[in-house]
Amino acid sequence: MEYVGFGQIVLGILTQLIPVWIAIFVVMGLSWTFHRKLSLYGRIYESPAGLIGLFIVFFWLFCALFADLISPFDPLEQFAILKNKGPGVIEPTTGLVQYLGGDKFGRDVFSRMISGSQIVMVIAPAATMFAFVVGISLGLPAGYYRGKIDSILSFLANMVLAFPVILLFYLLVTPGIRETALPQSMAGVFFIFPILFFGMLFYSRFRERPQKLMWQLAIVLIFGGWVYISLVFDADPFGVLSLEPNELNIFVAVVFASSPGVFRIVRGLTMDIATRDYVAAAQTRGEIPFYVMLWEILPNARGPLIVDACLRIGYTTILLGTLGYFGLGLVPESPDWGTTIKEGSRLLRLYYHPALPPAIALMSFVLGLNLLADALREQSLKD
Amino acid sequence: MLRLLANRFGAMLLTMLCLTLIVFFLVNLEPNLRKLSISQTNMRASDEMIERWLDYNGYREPFLERYAQWLGVMKKQPARDVDTGEPKPRFSFCDEPPVATYSGILQGNLGCSTMFRQPIHERLLPALQSTGILMFWVMATMVPSALVIGILAGMREGTNTDRTLSVVSITSTATPEYVSGVVFTVIFASWLGWLNGSAVTATTQGVSVYNFALPVMTMAIYGMGYIARMTRASMAEVMTSQYIRTARLKGLKFHTVVLRHALRNALIAPFTVIMLQFPWLLTGVVIVEVMFRYQGFGWVLVEAAGNNDIDMLLSCSIVSVLVVLSTQMISDIGYAYLNPRIRVR
Repeated sequence: MEYVGFGQIVLGILTQLIPVWIAIFVVMGLSWTFHRKLSLYGRIYESPAGLIGLFIVFFWLFCALFADLISPFDPLEQFAILKNKGPGVIEPTTGLVQYLGGDKFGRDVFSRMISGSQIVMVIAPAATMFAFVVGISLGLPAGYYRGKIDSILSFLANMVLAFPVILLFYLLVTPGIRETALPQSMAGVFFIFPILFFGMLFYSRFRERPQKLMWQLAIVLIFGGWVYISLVFDADPFGVLSLEPNELNIFVAVVFASSPGVFRIVRGLTMDIATRDYVAAAQTRGEIPFYVMLWEILPNARGPLIVDACLRIGYTTILLGTLGYFGLGLVPESPDWGTTIKEGSRLLRLYYHPALPPAIALMSFVLGLNLLADALREQSLKD
Repeated sequence: MLRLLANRFGAMLLTMLCLTLIVFFLVNLEPNLRKLSISQTNMRASDEMIERWLDYNGYREPFLERYAQWLGVMKKQPARDVDTGEPKPRFSFCDEPPVATYSGILQGNLGCSTMFRQPIHERLLPALQSTGILMFWVMATMVPSALVIGILAGMREGTNTDRTLSVVSITSTATPEYVSGVVFTVIFASWLGWLNGSAVTATTQGVSVYNFALPVMTMAIYGMGYIARMTRASMAEVMTSQYIRTARLKGLKFHTVVLRHALRNALIAPFTVIMLQFPWLLTGVVIVEVMFRYQGFGWVLVEAAGNNDIDMLLSCSIVSVLVVLSTQMISDIGYAYLNPRIRVR
């Protein structure tokens, strides 16, 4: 087997990533030029730690976007002769280099790491957003009305939080569960929240202006209904959106596990903000409770919520990795980071090059999000 | 105080009841029962055989009735032999009376593990003990180092020490166990050869630095950063308060101010955080024990979950819920006790 040297590996990886560098340069360059006009996002550019965090997050985001351009090999293609070969090995027939070596089936570790980012970038932010919508929709009334609603919802949230995450996933994300209607019915419950949320959002604001309200509600219902049908029943009439049963299973389990945390934060913030004068003013004006919650309290809770969303996307990434590490939900040959770490760590004493790249990738992405969250918190406290 | 305790205790019981009901529902889903019966009879059992096995072993009785039997508020019928139909103990490794009796968790009977072929308590107690040892060492390394990092960073906010230590602790919160485990194994086991990459010998030959340092380090890293951040925030807040300025102005040395005056108040918040770390540690225990093949609670949990070992999974969930809820309670009570401002009379 022929190998290229260390210098060529580094150079090769850097050249492969050229689309990512260009995209980062354009986006961050433009944002830097206009950072004074970009409110909270622009102020990240004033803190070095936030800049580094943003750079890492953008790096993985563009890696996921340009994965097909960047990866030299198909992440699932196996080369028998490249089994467990070290970094820089040359594939004889095409002459392409496996920059980070081959794994135990001779698949390219570098390409797998890059396509692993796609899976994370799709599921982690989307699941976090759904968890936020569920958490906000339940947390606002709990914190605003208090009393019975609060006791019941808090009890349920604490119950889910008392469940060890790993046991929950072992019970919820198995092939056996997929034969039952459980994931679908849970998805049916969770995915109705965005429709309710946005419906209520527009209704509470524009209920006096039926004409405007009508078409807003129509958009919410048509768009929300389309997403709902395609995700829950996997029956998209246009064939654009679709979710495999195992992906739906993971998605639902992750939303289920992280929404109680969001609920608690939103509830706490609501209780705090509900005592402010502008809330009292809105109440005196005779606004309905949902207007106060969605248009007075929620916008004023955005700072801590944005910070928490950053942290929570990182936490969801870690959860996805845990799922992959235990072989739950994702198919065994899936290139996601958790699964590749598991595969690599079996042979760790002999070959460590397949396990390290996905481990470092996962860590760096979560680190980037954490640095970003930290910078956001600092900048929003400056007000 | 007593009423608070009673309230919390009631909520805890209710939570456990609901959670075990959910777990009971999930492990008794049809595909899971089939998986269990196939592994318990033999691989090529016919559908009819499977159905009869499930029926004779009492898995076909109404759901709530079986939950009540498991709780011990209803009599449990003895199992019947698949071939003869005669009453006989369900498992050869577990003695069950051949007549209907109350035997559930209320009677202290956790049941039988179909996976380990043992009564639950014989398997679970040693496993919990092993995990206890692991937890102890994790706490013993994680808490002091986290507190030191947090205090050093928080006592002079905004300095270079603070920034460096903050980055260190952010990095550590971004490193889940399966990442740090891999990295540490590569560095300390494969490359330097100082430590053993497996903790199998820890159960048989006792704990030593050689076989135990890696799992402990791996677990401690993930939780450390979070505690350190909380300590830093709390310390930084205390350092800006009036009485610290007074102490400084009356000419006390900086280290006296930090150790005597600031520390006591700054450590109240981290105490709660440390107690609330236990649920996180529980997940960590599972990952680390599987990764380093240490036969503790987490390892048992994973094995039981992989084989749908109903009684074992239920017992594991009871244990973990107990741990989570009791640490929550301790943290609440401890907070009220430590902080004179909110002490309940």
